This record gives sequence, C-alpha cells and structure tokens, in this order.
Amino acid sequence: MATLEIRDLHVSVEAENGPREILRGVDLTVKQGETHAIMGPNGSGKSTLAYSIAGHPKYTVTGGSVTLDGEDVLSMTVDERARAGLFLAMQYPVEVAGVSVSNFLRTAATAVRGEAPKLRLWVKEVKEAMDRLQMDPSFAERNVNEGFSGGEKKRHEILQLELLKPKIAVLDETDSGLDVDALRIVSEGVNRVRDTGEIGTLLITHYTRILRYIKPDYVHVFAGGRIVESGGPELADKLESEGYEAYTGVKESA
Amino acid sequence: MASATNSGSTTAGSIAVREAGAPGELAGPGTGRMVSQPADARQVATASYDVNDFAVPHGREEDWRFTPLERLRGLHDGTFTTVGSPTVEVDAPAGVVVETVGRDDARLGKAGTPVDRVAAQAYSSFEKATVVTFPKELAPGEPVVVRTRGEGATGFGHLIVDVGRFAEAVVVLDHGGKATYADNVEFLVGDGAKLTVVSVQDWDAGSVHLGHHVARVGRDATFKSVTVTLGGDVVRLFPRVVFDAPGGDVELYGVYFADAGQHLEHRLFVDHDVPRCRSRVAYKGALQGADARTVWIGDVLIRAAAEGTDTYELNRNLLLTEGARADSVPNLEIETGEIAGAGHASATGRFDDEQLFYLQARGIPADEARRLVVRGFFAEVIAQIDLPELRERLMERIEAELEASV
Repeated sequence: MATLEIRDLHVSVEAENGPREILRGVDLTVKQGETHAIMGPNGSGKSTLAYSIAGHPKYTVTGGSVTLDGEDVLSMTVDERARAGLFLAMQYPVEVAGVSVSNFLRTAATAVRGEAPKLRLWVKEVKEAMDRLQMDPSFAERNVNEGFSGGEKKRHEILQLELLKPKIAVLDETDSGLDVDALRIVSEGVNRVRDTGEIGTLLITHYTRILRYIKPDYVHVFAGGRIVESGGPELADKLESEGYEAYTGVKESA
Repeated sequence: MASATNSGSTTAGSIAVREAGAPGELAGPGTGRMVSQPADARQVATASYDVNDFAVPHGREEDWRFTPLERLRGLHDGTFTTVGSPTVEVDAPAGVVVETVGRDDARLGKAGTPVDRVAAQAYSSFEKATVVTFPKELAPGEPVVVRTRGEGATGFGHLIVDVGRFAEAVVVLDHGGKATYADNVEFLVGDGAKLTVVSVQDWDAGSVHLGHHVARVGRDATFKSVTVTLGGDVVRLFPRVVFDAPGGDVELYGVYFADAGQHLEHRLFVDHDVPRCRSRVAYKGALQGADARTVWIGDVLIRAAAEGTDTYELNRNLLLTEGARADSVPNLEIETGEIAGAGHASATGRFDDEQLFYLQARGIPADEARRLVVRGFFAEVIAQIDLPELRERLMERIEAELEASV
C-alpha cells in the first residue's frame, strides 16, 4: 500500500532580505485510500507544502524528509516524482502556447506509464474521461490552459488526475474560483478516482465548502507553517462555525 | 526598442501618428532612430542600382548599428574577393518558365531600387540572374523550388519571381552549403495573383548571407512569405513590400533560431502608399548559447494616401539560455487618420520556468518539456507553411538545434 510520509519538513523561500522559513516542521502520513484535508488561512504555508512535495524550484527544503513507500522524494527531480506516483493539481495551471491538450495528455501519459498508450484505446479513454467531466470534445484541440475559464482549468487538472492515476494526489485549492456546478463536476471527478481505493488524497483548502462534496477521513488545521491540530471530519464543522481565530488570533472564516 | 540580455522584457514599441505633410519628430526612445529624419527617410535616402552611390557603412548608421560589420568579409565595403557564385538549381512544374539571363535583361529591377549598399553591391556585381515566370492564370499546384548551394566562395545573386495576373504560385527558396553571399530577390505579384514564398536560410557554419527581398504587390493580389533562418554565422535579411494598387494583402511570417555566436538579423519594411491594403507581420525567434544574437526591425509606414490600411506586426523572442541577446524594434508611422487598424507588439522573455515545472509535474522529463514548449512556440508560424514535408523537415531542424544545447 502506497504511503507518503512527511517528517519534520522545513522549507524556505528566497525573499528580499534573505531566506524566509515558511514550513516549520510538518509531520503528516497519507496512505492509499485515505483522504486528508489540510485547512488553513491565507499565508499559513499550505500551498508551499503542496509545491514542496511536487518539487517546485522556488522552495528550498532546509530540513526533514518526504518519502513515498520509503523512497526519498526530495532527491528526485520534478518529473521523477510524478513518475513515482505523485500528482499536484495546481491552483493556477499555466498556459503552454502552441501545445494542444491532446498532445500534452498523451506525452504525459507516455512519460508516467513508461510507454505510449495504444492509440485506439487511448482516444477512447480520453473521450470517456472528458465526457464524465462534461468537457466538449473540441477541448482536446485547444492549447493547454490558453483562454480556459477558471472552471475549465480545474476540470482539465482533474482530467489529468483521472488519466495519470497517481498513488498520491495533492489538490491545491481545487475549489477556488469555481461556481457550484463546476465544483460539483470537479468533486465528482475526484470522488471517482477516490472510489478506486487506489489513491491517497491530500486536499488543500481554505474553505469548508468543497468538503461537502469530497468527504475527508482526516482534517488537519494548518497555521504558521505546521499542522496545529488534527482530527476527523468534525474538525471541519468546528472550523466552519468558529473560523481560524483560535489558531491565529485573527478573525478569518473557513 | 526592446533589447534583452538574460532578463525578460516586453514593449509595445512606438506608434507615431501625425497629420499628412506635417514634419515628423521621429527620434527618441522607441522609434529606433537616433536622429530626427523625415518619415520616408528610407525612400528619399539613397536609392540606387550603383554601389558607388552609397557611402561605406561604419556601424553608427541607423541601418547598420546592430550588424557586426567586421564579420561581413568585405561585402559592405568592397574589400571582398569574388571567387564564384553559389550554384542555383530550379525545379519547376510544367507551365512555369525558368530562364537564366544576363545583366541587360529588361525585367531586372522592376520591383524596386536597392536602398542599402550591400543590395547595390549585389546588383552591381552579379553575373547571371534567374527569372522564374508564372504566366497569367497558371496555378500549377506544385511548388517551384530554387536551391542555392554555396561551395565556399564569395558571390552575388539575383532572382526574379514574376507571377502573372490571377496566377497562383508557391516558391521555396532553399539556401544551403557554405558561402559568403549577397543577393537581391524580386517578387512581382500581378493583379489578383497569389504568391506564397518560403525562404529557408540553413547555411553551413562559416557562412555569411546578406539578402534583400522586394515584393511589388498588384491590385487585389496576395503575397505571403515565411522566412526560416537557422544556419549561418551572419545572416541579415531585408524583406520589403511595396503596393502597386489598392486591395493588396500581405502576410510576412518568420522563424529564426540563433545558436552560440550566430548573428541573425531581419529588417522588414512594409510601405503602405496606396489605399485599402492589409499587412500582417509575425516573426518568432529563439536564442541559445553564448553571444547568440538576433535583431528584428519591423518598419511599417502608412503614407497619407494609404487610407483604409489595416496592419499589425508582432515579434516574440524566447531566450533559452544566459548570454544570448535579442533586439526587437517595431516602428509604426502613420500619416493619415483614415485607417482601418494599426498595431504592433513585441516581447522578449526567458524560457518560462513555470511552464517547465507544470510539464515536469506531469512526468515529462525536462529536455522533452523544453522541446514541447519550443515546438509550441514556433508551431503557429511553421503551420503557415502549406508543404507538409518541408514543415516536418524544418521542425526536425529546430529540434536538432535544441538538442545541441539541452
């Protein structure tokens, strides 16, 4: 069973006046089949956690460890991490001019699966996944994220999640910028992948709204660069009614 | 002016709008001009078939200030040693007339008079010219291919492509081998005719090419060119367009890829002097390696008579490594308020690390991700080439360039 283990993780970014520590000792274990929600106010470092797991070059790990089934994730390049089974659904997916969605998906699937998927099966697989996310077939011929609406970008991220079948998925604020319809479609996509039981999910969010669609097994409150409280789904209900003030001293709803 | 070394920059260049006949103030930031000149300086300045009518450039002149004169092997100052011109071979479908003519042929020089010393030098020095004629209304469906192969010598060339009225022509100019070469190419696009030109500069290392293209576009005629410059130590192309009558439609596309030490320069001039013509310019360049250098100058002049003009020009540069430098100077001068549209954009930036991260985060290795991005960057321009085999060959060449450094 795949397990992502994060131990005492410290991460800094380069700021104007030298390195600034954002993550201050994160401990977390996510196993295949489990869904963990990380909830925290703006600036608590929860997106830094997501990007650090994926290996974004902007973030420097200054201490601690991240392993996937015992393998040292931190020594892997970004693409090696993805091929090892980590997936990050991004809050702000970037445009890639001149590269079509279909070309991009096939290149990614070829890289992750280690061989090019058979064309006939692949076309069918993509079409079915797009249908489930209520994406128009013409979508495949558009350039990656170019001119996509907020909802299209997130659906495209979840489409990749469905096709690439990672062991551990980190969803960074996947709910942001979505209206209720889009949130429902995207959540259903995530739930289909979860229902296979073969994926561990780390759901990063500021608001409890998405947790009404994607039920977490564990909820962690993130503040000041670390997990400050962990519990079951009831912790989300507490945050819903009380906000983050108890953790940060600042009134902020969740 | 947008010049960028290592860091990204974006500029919208300059737009000068003034009343017809009013004196122009065309110096200053963004105009690409160091001193005040009349708007049509390019035309009233020296224009001659005789090299001796031009002063030898020394590098401070506006038209030469980006060019490494010391690397031109004397093409600009007469100190070259002529040994022999490159060979020119033409493959043409039935109906197209291909001739080799002497200096006294009456058709020479009809598209325009040289406006720079090297163009005049080529005009003064070539021995044989090639004339490719599409008789009126001919539409062969197959391209004419003009292969110019250098064999190490210094030489001069002249080519005329004459497309009769309502004819439809596709011409590929394919430059290769090793040469020190200056030439003039004239495109005569008859009324209602369509001409598409793909000009490939893929010289061997050690080559110098200074090329001058002039297209004269007839009434309701269409001229489209795709310029692809990949190989050669110094390549400087000067494509010009003039309109004979209203209704002309011009699209100028370009792709260039400079490696360490290469100087690739494209200076375009679209001269709108008749009403209701349209022009579109889109050039994209990538640079990698120490002292890789590109220059793009896009001059568009809309004269007082050119009412209803519709023009847009764009230049994008992608710096793949440290130590490369791209200059981009769009100039738009408008002498009439009665235009349909005019605009330009220029941007020079570094390879986008966020794109690279996004692709890598999907398992795609860094070198493959880079290829994907560069292929995508050029795809829009390369897609303008309607010849699948050539398109594929050029994409492969671009990817080979990329492999060389990644």
